[in-house]
Amino acid sequence: MRSGIFAAVFYVASFVLAGGLAYRIRLYAKTPAALRIPTTPAPTTHAGVAVRLAGEVVLFQSLFKANKWTWAFGWVFHAAMLATLVQHLRYFLQPVPWPVVLEQPIGVLAGFPMAAGLFALWGRRFVVERIRYITGPSDHLMLALLVAITVSGLAMKYLAHTDIVALKTFFLGLMRLRVEPLPGDPVLLVHLSLVATLMVVFPFSKLLHAPGVFFSPSRNQPDDTRERRFVSRSALLKPASKA
Amino acid sequence: MAAVTGFDPKAEVHGDPIEIPTLACGAMANSKPFAAGPAHQAALGFPGELVEDWHDKAIFRLGELLENSRALRVYLDSCVKCGACTDKCHYFLGTGDPKNMPVARQDLLRKVYRRHFTWAGKVVPWLVGAEDLTKDVLADWYSYFHQCSQCRRCSVFCPYGIDTAEISMAARDIMDTIGMGQKYSNEIIGKVFSVGNNLGLPPKALKATLAGLEDEIEEETGVPVKLPLDVKGADVLLVTPSADFFASPHMEGLIGYAKVFHEAGVSWTLSTYASEAANFGMFVGSQENMKKVALRIRKAAQDLGVKRLVFGECGHAWRVAYSFLDTLAGPFDFLDPAYPVPQHICEFTNDLIEAGKLRFDKAANDSFRLTFHDSCNVARASRMGDAPGGQFEIPRAVLRATCNHFFDMAPETTREKTFCCGGGGGLLTDELMDVRAKGAQPRMRALQEVAEEHGVTHMAAICAICKAQFSKVLPMYGFDREAIVSVHQMVSNAILLTGSRQAEEYDARRKSAG
Repeated sequence: MRSGIFAAVFYVASFVLAGGLAYRIRLYAKTPAALRIPTTPAPTTHAGVAVRLAGEVVLFQSLFKANKWTWAFGWVFHAAMLATLVQHLRYFLQPVPWPVVLEQPIGVLAGFPMAAGLFALWGRRFVVERIRYITGPSDHLMLALLVAITVSGLAMKYLAHTDIVALKTFFLGLMRLRVEPLPGDPVLLVHLSLVATLMVVFPFSKLLHAPGVFFSPSRNQPDDTRERRFVSRSALLKPASKA
Repeated sequence: MAAVTGFDPKAEVHGDPIEIPTLACGAMANSKPFAAGPAHQAALGFPGELVEDWHDKAIFRLGELLENSRALRVYLDSCVKCGACTDKCHYFLGTGDPKNMPVARQDLLRKVYRRHFTWAGKVVPWLVGAEDLTKDVLADWYSYFHQCSQCRRCSVFCPYGIDTAEISMAARDIMDTIGMGQKYSNEIIGKVFSVGNNLGLPPKALKATLAGLEDEIEEETGVPVKLPLDVKGADVLLVTPSADFFASPHMEGLIGYAKVFHEAGVSWTLSTYASEAANFGMFVGSQENMKKVALRIRKAAQDLGVKRLVFGECGHAWRVAYSFLDTLAGPFDFLDPAYPVPQHICEFTNDLIEAGKLRFDKAANDSFRLTFHDSCNVARASRMGDAPGGQFEIPRAVLRATCNHFFDMAPETTREKTFCCGGGGGLLTDELMDVRAKGAQPRMRALQEVAEEHGVTHMAAICAICKAQFSKVLPMYGFDREAIVSVHQMVSNAILLTGSRQAEEYDARRKSAG
């Protein structure tokens, strides 16, 4: 019963995450960029744009310019989350690839800086007047969700161990369309439920910033109007339709 | 003119330009521009007054914009409310009104987007800050989307590059579409369509003005420098903001361009049909109107049979020219491919300086201790020269070549981090003087710093709006009204025209000095 429910939940969550993201990304891709609007100074070539985008995605360059504290908290959280995700690959891959094996000692500790980063980011939403003003219920809930996932994960690693071998069997089974038994300890079930929630929420929320950054015209366009004519597919250049 | 309320510029001029104010909720809620009348609206193809089914029309228009602007779609989805932009807008720094924080300004549109175009906003609006478009929300739009000068400073700091300018353009477009236009911008666009320039200066008056300037230059230098108008077959068509024909220090800049063209021996002309570089179609977010204005420049260039296109000192005009013109009105394959289309007058002058073709007596500018105000649209939405950042280096190179005393303002207020003058984006109108004065505060503080540190007396700019705005706000902050100068005014002061009195005197001085 329990195994069946969670199997269904994860199939649905995976479908919503993948389908929702694919829909959104397709929408971004097919919506025409009306004009050349890179924030200048901008690279003049597509290779330069790739470097600029990499700087944004890997180092959060613009955020670094904006606010060192927000940058530090945000970067630590995202980097630690990445390390944790890489570490979690071992529960889905058999045999475990060597980079994941190598990363394991970092990965199991990354939950701590991840939680610290989240709490710091959350704290700003209470302490800094300007950030408090722009914070809505969903911003708190999103942080609560991420904190709960992180803390429940850490609890399983360092307080109440779960049967990780059985868990891996469960997920490997799902990937082969077989429902294997899922361990029943409550912390694990909470952890898994929250992760499924995050997967479902992702394509409908501000988590869309992840694909969004790649489609942001002020960052992903080269400054090349002088070198190449930019032809717009936007219908806005034509007389407006009468609604 | 609207009063500047509860704000004493002279007391505010000292301090850190980027000092963060405490929040003053609703402080600027009453700031709003005059509404465009039915005639001004009609000229642009917009309804004359708020249409009956304004709500549905507004939502429909937002849908159209979303389908045709990747920027709008991505920017409305991507914000995580990280707060990076919250202290970056000059209007927030000057007013403390939280709705002038870029993210909060965006949210005025985003909450309506969420309500009508996202699943979460339809199902759980209270959770994700989704709201219906009500008359109150519309009033907020009219007020706060006319407290954005579309300067893009926030977009520099946003981790996703969200550009509030795109959002305020979209909001203004929607408001125009339902009959809520802004008088200042829409009246001006109408004048371009009917007369050819923002000021509504008719060809006869333009001709007389130029003749007057020719006399002035000849009197000053003894050289018959011409300001040609509608000359077919000239090499260069100069398109410049109409303020250059009329206002000060703009006109001094125009004299500078004329002297440079004369000394370079390049034949050039102005056009009555395209006697305006500015394109307020951008400010109101109407790509259709922006295109119509841009096409006038193409027609003028074709009719006059010129080989090159050069733009005078104007910030947003240079954005439209550099970034959009080819898309809106191109291809310009009838022009000489040996030159960039278009070229900025600063590039033109700097090329001549680098080639050693211009001579200057820098001492002629010794009464000016100069700094340079990077105009927002030039800094963050365009380029000069071949390399990124040329838009910062080339105007400075021109100033350094013509002046002995140049000092930059604080780095957090210059180049890509420059502050808007406070009057850009269609806000340069008297009834908005309150927000204009407050929005100028960061720049005025940065100027005060270099005035104290380096004895800076003047600030040069390459934007007609900056020049007009600073002429108004400098005295409020205790500076001289004439402390704002054109870059080509400095060129004009120092240039040694061949055969001029100034050149003779300079050479005589050099000779006697041995």
